[in-house]
Amino acid sequence: MLNKLKPAFWDHEDAAAGHYRRLFDFRSLWFQAVALTTFVVLLPLIFITIAEYTVTRKAAEDEILLRTSRFVSNTRRTVAFFLEERRFALEFIVRDNRYDAVSDPERLAVILDNLKRGLGGFSDLGVIDASGRQQTYVGPHNLEGKDYSGQDWFREVMEKGYYISDVFMGYRQTPHLVIAVRHNLPGDRFYVLRASVDLERFKRLLSQLEILGGGSAIIINREGILQTPCDQCGKSALEKVPFSVPEFAPHTRVLEESVAGETLVIGYAYLIDTPFILVAIKDKEALMQPWYHTRRQIIGFLGLSVFFILAVVVGMATYLVNNIYMADRRRVMALHEVEYSNKMASIGRMAAGVAHEINNPLQIIYEKAGLIKDFFTFKPEYKDDPRLLELVGSILTSVERCGAITKRVLSFARHQESALEPVRIKRILGDVLGFVDKEAAYRSITVTLDVDDDIPDFLSDRGKLQQIFLNLTNNAFSFIMEGGALTVKAERKNKRWVAVSFADTGPGIPAKNLERVFEPFFTTRSTKGGTGLGLSITYHLVQELGGKIKAESELGKGSTFIVTLPLDPGKKEA
Amino acid sequence: MNVLLVDDEVEFVTTLAERLEIRGMTVRTAGDGEAGLAMVADDPPDFMVLDLMMPGIGGLETLKRVKASHPDIPVILLTGRGSTKEGIEGMRLGAFDYMMKPIDIDQLLKKLEEAAELKKD
Repeated sequence: MLNKLKPAFWDHEDAAAGHYRRLFDFRSLWFQAVALTTFVVLLPLIFITIAEYTVTRKAAEDEILLRTSRFVSNTRRTVAFFLEERRFALEFIVRDNRYDAVSDPERLAVILDNLKRGLGGFSDLGVIDASGRQQTYVGPHNLEGKDYSGQDWFREVMEKGYYISDVFMGYRQTPHLVIAVRHNLPGDRFYVLRASVDLERFKRLLSQLEILGGGSAIIINREGILQTPCDQCGKSALEKVPFSVPEFAPHTRVLEESVAGETLVIGYAYLIDTPFILVAIKDKEALMQPWYHTRRQIIGFLGLSVFFILAVVVGMATYLVNNIYMADRRRVMALHEVEYSNKMASIGRMAAGVAHEINNPLQIIYEKAGLIKDFFTFKPEYKDDPRLLELVGSILTSVERCGAITKRVLSFARHQESALEPVRIKRILGDVLGFVDKEAAYRSITVTLDVDDDIPDFLSDRGKLQQIFLNLTNNAFSFIMEGGALTVKAERKNKRWVAVSFADTGPGIPAKNLERVFEPFFTTRSTKGGTGLGLSITYHLVQELGGKIKAESELGKGSTFIVTLPLDPGKKEA
Repeated sequence: MNVLLVDDEVEFVTTLAERLEIRGMTVRTAGDGEAGLAMVADDPPDFMVLDLMMPGIGGLETLKRVKASHPDIPVILLTGRGSTKEGIEGMRLGAFDYMMKPIDIDQLLKKLEEAAELKKD
């Protein structure tokens, strides 16, 4: 799977690049392109996203603080008002009624009833004289005559003129709080009016104030004892809160505290002139939910963008580098083809020159020997020496052989120019194989040529055909071991195609190399002088002739190269 | 049979002449085109064997001039180069045939016979 995705340049190693190898390192080129583009594109994106992230987070947090603070302020006013209202009510009673009136149990019962109806929250009412003894009491308990003189609250009310207690159980065995006011009488005398306020009423007051984000408002005293139950922290009234009591501040404050792994946003305000602190507790997680949603969107967007950017960057880099690679391959190929054909042309010219120069002296030897032979043939005095005749015969045979070679070389050199002419495949194959006759003999390689008789002469480029066949023959010879065989077969495939196959008994080509044998510079003989160009040039030559070439191979048995040539080069395959 | 051999390779041309004489022909030789043309003008031969690669006016030019003055003399061209191009060019100019060096005397004799046959007709 991964191998299929791998672009062509990935494993490329240019053996021919030498000193300029770095220039042709396509993989690092690809890495550079990807890294640079990714860096340039992603850096601003990530930077902006982080900035956006920080800003929105800060805004969300500020919003929470602001809302909590505002809530606490509002609630404080409500609670303070609630307490003040009741205190003022008591003040009003003591000013409005004479002492003998309020100390009259009947009259006091009427007042309590009026309070219950008018303001609510009161559960009893008592009048205590300056000695601390409760003179009159109306309410559910029998507390008349109780002595409060030794208690702290009594001392405080004597000093300050009023008193608001913590929530406590007291005689009543239900949580409640007490409000007391002192009223001076003529002389140094005074009395105290004392009322109990239901906690129910207090609780209701707080629970009416709904808090966004699932928080709760509670009241604690300065020791951190809950004055109202706390649903948020799962505690009831008169238990201690799970967080530390916030320090005194004249105004509303908001702080964060982590309790049992949760971060709580705690807004609080001290209720002046009371032992109470109003606290709003909110779960930060819950408050941040809307922002978490935004955060998910931001991160999701970032992730998607990064993914697409990377995909495009990698895709583009691969595409471009691959194109450069292909262009480079073509360039190198063209360069080497030119070099190769120049080389071939030079060799051809040189061979022709040599052959031509040899031809003349050869002709002379031939004629001289012929003349000697003529003497033996025509003049009776030499006729009877068969040994001399034999010697001359052998000279002539040798010269004929030399002549055949020079003729072949000359005819090869002659066909360097490209032109279509009628060719006879049998003759070309014969010529080409003639070049390796000697090598075949030395190495005991059996060369078989088998050409079908029904192959007509057809228009093609003789020079190119010779080169193709010579390349394939040389290629085969470089792989055939001593005693092996090369079988060259030409057969007519159909009306339009003729196939020439070169089957050797070499070691064969592994399947993974089989599809690469026609690639330029692909060679397994680089250490033995192979350039890796022969087959690729052959491939191109065959293509130029409108033909096809393919390789078949079986490991250990040998390889077969099959060239299919059109009988009519003008007609392209349908 | 009267044959004129024109070739700049003296060793070759004299030996070939001798071999033809052994076979009963009258042979004259010339070392270049001008000498050959002079001999043709002096005493036209029955056949002419002409090398294409020669110093001076060269084989093709010599052939042109011979054909201009004596169109009925069959000329057999010899070419030392691999190219058939000059040979074909020569045929176009009226040569009887062309042979590639090194030549075989029997083949040359055969060509001469063919030319003789043609001339008779």
